Amino acid sequence: MACIEARGLRKAYGTTVALDGINLRVEEGRILGLIGPNGAGKSTALNAILGITPFEGQLRVLGRDPWAERDLLMRDVCFIADVAVLPRWMRVSQALDYVAGVHPRFDRAKAEGFLSRTEIKRTSKVRQLSKGMVAQLHLALVMAIDARLLVLDEPTLGLDILYRKQFYDTLLNDYFDRSRTIVVTTHQVEEIQNVLTDLMFINHGRIMLECSMEEFEARYVEVMVNPDRFAAAQMLGPIYERQLFGRSILLFDNVDRQQLAALGDVRTPSIADLFVAVMGPSPEVRGQRFATAKQSFGESKAGGAASAQGSGEPRKS
Amino acid sequence: MNTESNIANSEVTDPGYKPAAMSATQPFVWSVRRELWENRSIYFAPLIAGSVIIFGSLITAYRLPRLRMNALALEPTRMRAAIEAPYDIAAMMIMFTAFIVAVFYCLDALHGERRDRSILFWKSLPVSDFTAVLSKAFIPLVILPLFTFAVIIATQFMMLLISTVALLPSGLAGSTWNLLPWFQLSVILLYGIVTMALWHAPVFAWLLLVSGWARRATFLWALLPWLAVAAIEKIAFNTAYFAQMLGRRVGGSFEEAFVVTTYPKGSHYPLVDRLTQLDPLKFLSSPGLWIGLVVAAGFFVAAVRLRRSRGPL
Repeated sequence: MACIEARGLRKAYGTTVALDGINLRVEEGRILGLIGPNGAGKSTALNAILGITPFEGQLRVLGRDPWAERDLLMRDVCFIADVAVLPRWMRVSQALDYVAGVHPRFDRAKAEGFLSRTEIKRTSKVRQLSKGMVAQLHLALVMAIDARLLVLDEPTLGLDILYRKQFYDTLLNDYFDRSRTIVVTTHQVEEIQNVLTDLMFINHGRIMLECSMEEFEARYVEVMVNPDRFAAAQMLGPIYERQLFGRSILLFDNVDRQQLAALGDVRTPSIADLFVAVMGPSPEVRGQRFATAKQSFGESKAGGAASAQGSGEPRKS
Repeated sequence: MNTESNIANSEVTDPGYKPAAMSATQPFVWSVRRELWENRSIYFAPLIAGSVIIFGSLITAYRLPRLRMNALALEPTRMRAAIEAPYDIAAMMIMFTAFIVAVFYCLDALHGERRDRSILFWKSLPVSDFTAVLSKAFIPLVILPLFTFAVIIATQFMMLLISTVALLPSGLAGSTWNLLPWFQLSVILLYGIVTMALWHAPVFAWLLLVSGWARRATFLWALLPWLAVAAIEKIAFNTAYFAQMLGRRVGGSFEEAFVVTTYPKGSHYPLVDRLTQLDPLKFLSSPGLWIGLVVAAGFFVAAVRLRRSRGPL
């Protein structure tokens, strides 16, 4: 059974379409990164999955309808909306008491164990904790719940580098096992590149790209092209070009790696680079080229095949 | 770090780990407890009101012997009224405080959690919106009335002690104990508080509804529609039936629940100090009670639906 399964998931706020009929299937044991610009529909998708917002279309999470059965679903699902949602008046001990009181799968000893590694005092109120400590507290509460799906919506927003690093390290080392599923949205994509098993780009309420990280690494290649091979590289139809230290870096989709290696230094692009290539309104990618690139990603997603038609034409400028 | 994480992982996958058994009422009980943690005014305000009254009785105790001499010279009904008056006033002041606390509690109950976004935390836990709203309605309808009763009894007992000590030198201490129907007054008080809570149910349910609906200015939204209807009626028909209905809803439970016939001479307040004045049959057969409860149920259901669909502000 898929952990999350959506068909034609749609949500509109008045005339603004936040989710435009997306199809989605997340298997158990995956760590999916949902990446998109602000207002792309990420949070709306997560809210629908969590039963916080009503939606059109079909959606099953762990076999349940989230809108109809949020309270039952939350026995198996945890989420951290962002760092600022723990009630500020609450004491740390009260948070532990309350979650232990209402959650049948909460292991208090485990939460205490996680907290003992931090400097958080049981008697402190949430308002007295730093932002990073609040995130640690929330993570400790969530990790002590034996849930099957964990949803993280910008969990590290506004945290400093140390806390952000620690957040994902703790999550991977102490929480994730192959039976759990994690869905995470964030703007700090570099941090989660090595964490994810699956990647999804979303924009204007639509899925722009959907692939596993293995596919990502197999499909996308970035080449720092030797100046004398630039024309040859252009012929292979890069989907994106940028300049670094006076050299051109070209991003290719589904082009033979051996062939590319002859053009210059080859490496796997970062998610951020691919994100910019697919979504970015950048001076490098304009008009027709941008549209065709987008289209090709849309089709490769829909068909499941890795087609790159349309991006084969040479760059015009 | 590594060994720790291994231990943690083995705990996660340990098949012997069983989720704690949990009764159906447990989320409700903890939700009520959580309301009391967050809103400490629920118990502080009545306690402070009680303390102020006790302090007031202490500093006016020197006048008691003269007042009691005067009271004992009155005809029996007015004498009873004079001796009971401070205790009644204390009860009314504490009840009024509790009512104000309940009003502001309700107005914030579903608004505050949206304002500070903590609703996203509450909704991440397996507690239904029905349980959450029920626990919030439970505060003004059950917790606060019972607590108010306890505080009033404690306050009145302290007043009784103060009066006894103050009257000892003049030898009048016994008159309080003889003439004050302490037990009857306590039963009357409990009955009065319970009937008032039932009578006020639609008021609190309406306030909860507004707090779940309004984006801001909950107090104005709660009040203005009713005042507007009353004003329109006054302007259009020059009548005040609607305003009277509102007044009865806020302050009329007393007349619905008691037989009020004895007005001591020179007083606008009826004297209620006999158990025979309790009239539960009249109260339970009052259409106002049942209409109020039906309306309250409607508001409550609407508040639950709003809790479900409204996100953070």
